[in-house]
Amino acid sequence: MLDLSLPLHLTIAVVPELIVMVGAMLLLLWAAWRPESAAHQRAVGIAAIGVAVLGLVAVSYYVGRFEATDGAIAVDNFRWLMSIVILIGTIATIALGIEDNERVGIHFAESHVLVLLASSGMMLLAGARDLMMIFLGIELMSIAMYALAGMNRRNPRSAEGALKYFLLGAFSTAFMLYGMALIYGATGSVRLAEIGERVLTMNLVASPIFLIGIAMLLVGFGFKVSSVPFHMYAPDVYEGAPTAITAYMAATVKAAAFAAFIRIWLEAFPLAADAWRPAVAVLAIATMIIGNAVGLAQRNLKRLLAYSSIGHAGYLLVAIAAGTSQGASAMVFYLLAYTIATFGAFAVISMLGRPGDGRVTTDDISGLWHVQPSMAIAMSIFMLALLGFPFFGGAGFLAKWYIIKAALEAAEPQTMLVVVMAITSVIAAGYYLYVVMVMFMRVRPEGSVVPAGATGMTRAIIVVAAALTIGIGLVPDLIIRYANIARPRIAVPRTAAMIPPVAPGGAFGRATPRGDPAPDASVGRAP
Amino acid sequence: MAALLNSIGYDGWILPALLLLPLLGAAVLWMHGATGTRRDARVTGAALVTPADEVLSGRAAWPRMAALIIFGLEFVLSLGLWFTFDPATSAWQSRFQMPWIPVWGVTVDLGIDGIALMMVLLTTFIMVLAVAGSWTSIRQKAHAYYALLMVLTTGMLGVFVALDVFLFYVMWEVMLVPMYFIIGIWGGQRRIYASLKFFLYTMIGGLLMLVGIVYLGLNVADPVTGIPNFSYDVILQQANVPHSAALWLFGAFFLAFAVKVPMFPFHTWLPDAHVEAPTAGSVILASVMLKLGAFGFLRLAVPFFPTAAMDDTIRMIILVLAVIGIVYGALLSLVQPDFKKLVAYSSVSHLGFVMLGIFALTVQSVQGAVMVMISHGISTGALFFLIGMVYERRHTREIAAYGGIARVIPLFATLLVIVALSSIGVPGTNGFIGEFLVLIGAFRTYPMLAVIATTVVILAAAYLLWAVQRIIFNPLDKPENEHIPDLNRRELLVMAPLIAAIIWMGVYPAPILRRTEAAAERFVRLVETRSAVDQATTVPGGAR
Repeated sequence: MLDLSLPLHLTIAVVPELIVMVGAMLLLLWAAWRPESAAHQRAVGIAAIGVAVLGLVAVSYYVGRFEATDGAIAVDNFRWLMSIVILIGTIATIALGIEDNERVGIHFAESHVLVLLASSGMMLLAGARDLMMIFLGIELMSIAMYALAGMNRRNPRSAEGALKYFLLGAFSTAFMLYGMALIYGATGSVRLAEIGERVLTMNLVASPIFLIGIAMLLVGFGFKVSSVPFHMYAPDVYEGAPTAITAYMAATVKAAAFAAFIRIWLEAFPLAADAWRPAVAVLAIATMIIGNAVGLAQRNLKRLLAYSSIGHAGYLLVAIAAGTSQGASAMVFYLLAYTIATFGAFAVISMLGRPGDGRVTTDDISGLWHVQPSMAIAMSIFMLALLGFPFFGGAGFLAKWYIIKAALEAAEPQTMLVVVMAITSVIAAGYYLYVVMVMFMRVRPEGSVVPAGATGMTRAIIVVAAALTIGIGLVPDLIIRYANIARPRIAVPRTAAMIPPVAPGGAFGRATPRGDPAPDASVGRAP
Repeated sequence: MAALLNSIGYDGWILPALLLLPLLGAAVLWMHGATGTRRDARVTGAALVTPADEVLSGRAAWPRMAALIIFGLEFVLSLGLWFTFDPATSAWQSRFQMPWIPVWGVTVDLGIDGIALMMVLLTTFIMVLAVAGSWTSIRQKAHAYYALLMVLTTGMLGVFVALDVFLFYVMWEVMLVPMYFIIGIWGGQRRIYASLKFFLYTMIGGLLMLVGIVYLGLNVADPVTGIPNFSYDVILQQANVPHSAALWLFGAFFLAFAVKVPMFPFHTWLPDAHVEAPTAGSVILASVMLKLGAFGFLRLAVPFFPTAAMDDTIRMIILVLAVIGIVYGALLSLVQPDFKKLVAYSSVSHLGFVMLGIFALTVQSVQGAVMVMISHGISTGALFFLIGMVYERRHTREIAAYGGIARVIPLFATLLVIVALSSIGVPGTNGFIGEFLVLIGAFRTYPMLAVIATTVVILAAAYLLWAVQRIIFNPLDKPENEHIPDLNRRELLVMAPLIAAIIWMGVYPAPILRRTEAAAERFVRLVETRSAVDQATTVPGGAR
């Protein structure tokens, strides 16, 4: 048990973040020390991986070891496990980035430092229990991301995407800040736990200022997780950014934003669930339908995966709409599976990219099976994982299953959302299978270049991602046990006042209404 | 025999072994194929092996031999079930249980009853023949083809033996991907369209079923730990689903299975998939995969939600759809110019009998439905094999392109007539027993529908005999038909077991009926008592 009012204990609580930040600072100096060159870029990148691995080791040590109830930063398993997901993404991004930069011809060693800085912001987001801290994390992450999105200076699309990202990002941050100000105005606190308590004691459930604040925050987070209708920037930004950064944005940035999102919603706003649930549900439905339907029309693989990531944001919103700690567990598992599959898919794209802009269309992968069978098979595994298909898509299926389970298990079963999720998954199958179809069932066009086989770290990412996807799918027990303890610590006593008036969710009620089984029961216990 | 098998603990390991053997085989074939491709690439200097270049060399012959051995072994292993199966009891047999995901209450729980036994044997039997039937027709990427067939086998067998509904769902989807590739890579002209249609149709039903499965699992969750339970028996006994929810859940399961059966009007994927698939693909689709839908009704949909399924309106709708399927399939078969499509539509008709048998809900009709499932698997499989054989020679399936070939290829003609008669359901062949039982059984509960269905048997004779006449009997007026080689020894070896099964089942079906009786009886009793009990409790006074 840590007492976060003691400086020593507070320091212990943020050691992983400190490792990553200090490492980033030192590397920044080193990166600037020497002139730009491919070799220097590589060396700094490898050192950056080292820093991230160190952070990962530290976080893994913390899992199930410490807990604290008070303070601006959470000390709970949800934070540690989300940090692990984020750091896995970071390591994969840098590893992919080193080789992708070489291929595309980018020599800024600073790019890897920026990734580390963004990651430290994300780790803060995963742990923040204070609106100020959340804002700090968002900004630390976003500013680094704006720079990373525009890193490929020779590509006009990259510049366009970066500018769009910056303007819309700044806009969304303003929304978020405004929302935070209103919530502070209504409750007089920036601590999530205190906000949650004061909603009860000051009876703010119907307070317009408070509700407008929630709505503003929802818009802000909607931008960060690229949910419809705030998704417009995503495809352009994803297409323009270097492939490794695209993967980072699609998986890790989203993971961090969702971590903060669900923590705020569970810790600060559980009592206002009746007010925000319909809004979140509408966002989820719109995101699932539009993200997946528009994905059908894409022929550029990076844009296709951009829309797929929008669709996935919709599925994750279902977990938030469930509004339970099981939803948070499901989210951790989902984000892990999603991160693995996304990085695998982008690693394949990075291998196939045209020199210069790394563009890959479905024409480039026609008949890939005939020339690079193992790469085609790996890509199919990732596509099926993103589709959530059992066995062949391994972990992806269990992730989707976990969210369905959490949504049906909630005190108010989200049946409607789950049915939409099932139907939009079939829409998604249309484009994931299109990729598979093109690779396996089309003939390779005459005279097209045979892509070189995957080498080095990119190959390692593809192999490890495929193995993990299938492996977790076959033997998921351990990971689920960890995900089960990954629950934000909800300080608000769930009193009778918050039990919503009986309203059967979705198309049918359930036979035996079951409460949300003790949300805190397993927090802090190792599996 | 049974004693000998028991002495080696056969009952304990056979079901997991049947599931694992094809998976291992697939891995071996795949690796061999992958290293072979790489070796070729090194020799030619570049990985430019385009599909057309890859001819039937020694390397292509290896996978088919290995596949034949593995499927042969699989069949021999599964045959033991026939002897160890105890027809007297309706309890699960050859049970195998192992935890899989304990935190979610998911187990690997395998077991068979009489119906599953027959389906398992049908699957392993057809798979051996499917390999032999693909012997010369698959020339590209043979290792991948046979590896996919093996994964497909695991999926199909898994559905038949799974007693955990989570596992059932996983297996249900597992078989989808290999079939998608088999149609999409080795299929005909419109293979891409057909494979995607097949995939999406099956998947949408499957996903809604998944939602239903999660609901059921949570419904019987442990009240203390909150861990759901997906055991078939537990759900069957303890699930407490309100009537309104049961209707929706039955709808979800119904959609999943009705697409697969396929029932009218969910059948449109079937002609496309059948026609475009390679011969072995069509055979497996018709013989085994269509049975999965009917099996799903028998195993899950109806027993889980007897009140919904036996609700007068719903039951009537399903029965009418089944009869429409019988009539409509037969009428469409009558006008098909493509022989393969004709057989595909005749499947819609036959599977209508199965649905009629299941929902007529008498022991006889259910047993008849199972019988139709088996005999349709054998007769239609045999028809597809014959079509594939003649297609390899003439490269057309148009009925009009043939005529009078009985004089050129008499062996083929003889077999075609026998198989066509069995498909029509002439007494003395397997087709007769099943349809007769279904009609007798259905006549007791729904005489009107049974009468309509009976008249269609005449239509079945019309479309098949007419097609047979146009193909083999009319005058031999096309010169390109004059020099077709007759069936060779391999092809005769493929057909011989099918013909033997057709006649054996037609003349002496008692051993099969004896083994399915207990399961059919259990099904009927279960549904009748549970729907009666539920109706008595939900409708005040139980008045109906």
